[in-house]
Amino acid sequence: MLKQTESRAPVSQKSHKIDKPVDPNSIGATITIELNEKKIAVPLGTTILEACKANQVRVPTLCHHEDLCIAGVCRVCVVEVEGMKSLQAACAFPITSQIKIKTSTENVRKARRHIIDLLLSEHHGECYTCVRNRNCELRALASEYGVDGFTFGHREKKMHEIDKSSYSVLRDMDKCILCRRCVRTCIDLQEVGVLEAIDRGGKTHIGTFMGKPLSEVICINCGQCINRCPTGALFTNDPSDDIWRAIDDPTKHVVIQTAPSPRAAIGEEFGMPAGTSMTGELNTALRRIGFDKVFDTDFSADLTIMEEGTELLLRLKAALVDKDPNVKLPQFTSCSPGWVKFIEHFYPESLDYLSTAKSPQQMFGALMKTYYAQEYNLDPKDIVTVAVMPCSAKKFECNRPEMVDSGYKDVDYGLTTRELAKMIKEAGIFLPEMPKSEFNDPFGEASGAGLIFGATGGVMEAALRTAYELITGREVPFENLRIEACRGFEGIKQASVKLEGCVPAWSFLEGVDLKFVVAHGTANARTVMELFKQGELNDVHFVEIMGCPGGCIGGGGQPIPTSPEIRKKRAEAIYAEDESMTIRKSHENPHVKLIYEKFLTDGPCGHKSHELLHTKYVKRGSFIV
Amino acid sequence: MLVYEKNNLMEEIQQLGKKHGINRNALIPILQDIQAKYHGISDFAQQEIGRMLSIHPVEVYSVVSFYSFLNSNIEGRNVVRLCKTVSCDLAGKCDIVKAIERELGIKFGETTKDKRISLEYTNCLGMCDQGPAMIVNERVYGKLTPEAAVTIINEIK
Amino acid sequence: MDLGIEKSARKGLVLFTQYEAGSAIKKAIAGGREDVLFELRESRLKGRGGAGFPTSTKWMITAAATAEKKYIVCNADEGEPGTFKDRVLLMEYPEAVFDGMVIAGYTIGAQYGIVYLRGEYEYMFAMLKEYLEGMRAKNLLGQNILGKEGFNFDIEIRLGSGAYVCGEETALIESLEGQRGEPRNRPPYPVNTGYMGFPTVVNNVETLAAVPHILLKTGEWFRKHGTDKSTGSKLFSVSGDCERPGVYELPWGISVRELLDVVGARDTKAVQVGGASGVCIPKSQFMRKLSYEDAGTGGSVMVFNETRSMLNVMHNFMDFFVEESCGQCTPCRIGNERLLEGVHKLISGDFTFAYIRNLKELGATMQVASKCGLGQSSPNAFLSILENFSDEIYQSNGSGVTHA
Repeated sequence: MLKQTESRAPVSQKSHKIDKPVDPNSIGATITIELNEKKIAVPLGTTILEACKANQVRVPTLCHHEDLCIAGVCRVCVVEVEGMKSLQAACAFPITSQIKIKTSTENVRKARRHIIDLLLSEHHGECYTCVRNRNCELRALASEYGVDGFTFGHREKKMHEIDKSSYSVLRDMDKCILCRRCVRTCIDLQEVGVLEAIDRGGKTHIGTFMGKPLSEVICINCGQCINRCPTGALFTNDPSDDIWRAIDDPTKHVVIQTAPSPRAAIGEEFGMPAGTSMTGELNTALRRIGFDKVFDTDFSADLTIMEEGTELLLRLKAALVDKDPNVKLPQFTSCSPGWVKFIEHFYPESLDYLSTAKSPQQMFGALMKTYYAQEYNLDPKDIVTVAVMPCSAKKFECNRPEMVDSGYKDVDYGLTTRELAKMIKEAGIFLPEMPKSEFNDPFGEASGAGLIFGATGGVMEAALRTAYELITGREVPFENLRIEACRGFEGIKQASVKLEGCVPAWSFLEGVDLKFVVAHGTANARTVMELFKQGELNDVHFVEIMGCPGGCIGGGGQPIPTSPEIRKKRAEAIYAEDESMTIRKSHENPHVKLIYEKFLTDGPCGHKSHELLHTKYVKRGSFIV
Repeated sequence: MLVYEKNNLMEEIQQLGKKHGINRNALIPILQDIQAKYHGISDFAQQEIGRMLSIHPVEVYSVVSFYSFLNSNIEGRNVVRLCKTVSCDLAGKCDIVKAIERELGIKFGETTKDKRISLEYTNCLGMCDQGPAMIVNERVYGKLTPEAAVTIINEIK
Repeated sequence: MDLGIEKSARKGLVLFTQYEAGSAIKKAIAGGREDVLFELRESRLKGRGGAGFPTSTKWMITAAATAEKKYIVCNADEGEPGTFKDRVLLMEYPEAVFDGMVIAGYTIGAQYGIVYLRGEYEYMFAMLKEYLEGMRAKNLLGQNILGKEGFNFDIEIRLGSGAYVCGEETALIESLEGQRGEPRNRPPYPVNTGYMGFPTVVNNVETLAAVPHILLKTGEWFRKHGTDKSTGSKLFSVSGDCERPGVYELPWGISVRELLDVVGARDTKAVQVGGASGVCIPKSQFMRKLSYEDAGTGGSVMVFNETRSMLNVMHNFMDFFVEESCGQCTPCRIGNERLLEGVHKLISGDFTFAYIRNLKELGATMQVASKCGLGQSSPNAFLSILENFSDEIYQSNGSGVTHA
């Protein structure tokens, strides 16, 4: 198994993580405390907050986030611990002795109110127009904790320009409450390192290197900070007005592709529980909004598998048969634009290892304005392609200057799950009430393999389903095609599949143990890349990396909030939908077969597909100019 | 910044790494040395230091911005820090301020055009029994009178 | 350099007495760790930085910890406005301070000592380094100190960079680790998880300087000075409106009035005890005793005579905290700004009493809800001046303030 290297995140961002007791069954591992005069037993080292949660005592939090290490800075979770002069932050206090806790004394209530009051005194922004007005944590706390006026004033004037430099992530620092969740997300969770606290005292603010705009620093656009921001200080660059304009323009043919992850999550925006798949309802809603065609990104995910899988097999052949010493193995996946920008910045010397295959979104766009235009006799300049993605980095991706292989901008707009939900609401539609309908042809049919791209390990699983069958002529030897080794949320997963009984064309792979690694979140990606640099991945063939924790289902454009539990539910929805499909392997997708017969006639990785479906990368490096 | 200047600076940062160690603990001592020599820590220097210590540039900047004696923009060759805390205030800090500002033609918080002197306020210097007090670079002066303060300022190269 | 009073003129009970460098280390080694801890416990020495935590407890916890490395940190980040005793100790009595560190190292089993010297004291840096070199030459530092097999200890001096909050022990540790000086969540405490995650004792300069004297003259002797709960003597840094400002070593329990007589203060209106984070004592309370039981202090005593404007003093302190808060936690970062805003309103006269009442309540919240001692003590001056000088404060209503 791979050794995990020491994380690069600074100690200060992690030092306050509290170690859990080793063995919950050992003697002395639980401790009896008094919580609001009730005796309870908790594991030693549990935080007061966790103890409260487990005992149905609600303690408000702001800087606390399940995905992040402890900060203890907002102080809204303070409680009284008997014998201590000051109030203690419940989120940051590990229980190691028999303490008595009170969570709703006069002092505590006053302090909470004061803290919320103070935050509001520095928080400029009208709730009416805020993107987060339905799910702003500050707003919720203010109403829950009886803050009904601005006791300490309110900032009337805007102090900061909104940083709109990025294609993906916008920052309105007037709404920032300095909980530092974004900092911990960026530095510790993702190890990208764009945002930090700058200056001190009253001048403290969250900033970038030398206060530069986001587009000029090394932001990978993953948007994880947005998902964890309690207020509307961070949000995506919303293209919905442009899309409305295109829809309203009768000369434009507006098509939309929807990725699997938004479909598994968009229900949350309409009050449905996490893990409710809305594919059929969404198709209807999109048509009612006025999109001319509704397509399934899973189709191009299948195409990606064909291209990326073929590329891998070609690389394997070059290595094993031609004994080419320069062949780049392992091959890294390239569907995640956050990850792609990450490697361009931090490991530019390794870009040749990245698959040249475009992401499903971009493959789709390129085909839309070529093949589709041709088939349906449309002028590509009148086609507007919109991609519904769980991702903020997709906005940057579709704006990359090289993504114009069709002769036009391949994908015009990347739209996040949240932004689409807003459009649906604006159109007067309540999504869960919609009747179900199917996707449009010719990109309407997809396999379950394309669908599971949404969860970490999905690309690997999809690729294995196809590659194994192509190589051996048999289905992958797993019950119901579930390749469990690819599933789950462990940071870095590693497994292998033995190739035996290969068909003649691939006989050189006979007996090869096909080794693969799956990682999600760029902190894990960094670990993988460091191991790769040390030569520890020399015997690995294929590496799947997704930029966001959990993969696309945890993307920066997904409904807020996010938590390990929510991501797990969304993944379950995707896997369940996969099992309900009749076609579950990319190479069996009839439309994929058709496109190789009719359009990409020289096959996967052929000349034409190279032109349209593959791309080049930029050696960006990490120096900030 | 010219290429050879960059190369010199990089070389110097490497040397400082050898002196203080290649780990995060060494960050502040390295920044202090660069600050002392260049009167500020340029964005290039911050990034080089970050790269050497495997720290994100923004973290280096974050640390620089936190401490009063570290600066991301280049200050004057000499920094005059006048204590503004209560004891020195009682002892007549305001008269010193007026005298120095008048003499140099700049306000506190500013740097002379020739980059000779930057004027800054600082919090307690621990010279409260001898206020008003100031430090020039690292030398401390107590019991200032407007005249004495101006004499000191004028003697700085 | 002019340091005010000559060393030879200093008189005191403990710290300002003769001490021969190395002598207490010898005694510590001869007597063993247990003896050191015993004397320390007997002395009831409490931390001199202001918080007043029993030093022996701190040392005992760290001594009992099993760890690959342990550290002893001397907190010489003397930033509290009005405090300059550590300056005097380090300049004039380095032997007591450093010997105290060596003894601490020996007792808790630390191999490394770090002096965190505030950036403002950089002018002492070379001198102190030279002094440490001398200690090495005399084998008071280094390997097998004074022939004690396996007793290895050395001291390094690290400079601060101008941040008051780094005087808070966990912020100091963060700063040593190359971070912003932001206080950590406690628990865990540094005695268990300190510098680089190792058990660390952080002691004030004055605390450490007292240790050799206690060891040589016994804890019982030390305890005879001062009061029951505040044993020994204290260095008071006196500044402001008095004839003889400077550092005075006096027994704990001395009244404010007595101290004012010692330093030659006349027409005194108020005394700020404990610096910006301390409290402001009016004339009517000058019989209060300087001790942990009554008016505790890290040593700063600022004297204000009748001509001074208390509103101005308040203004200066609130400015200080807005600048020097680390900016991490809400009550301290924004709370101090709101209090400063309140001072501005008091100055301009544009306030209501309801608003002032809200600010007082806010101050009370800051005292209990802030993350560290800085935030918790930052409203003290505001609250005590408002309480003790309300007539003066409210009278300046609309008329502005004359310069202090």
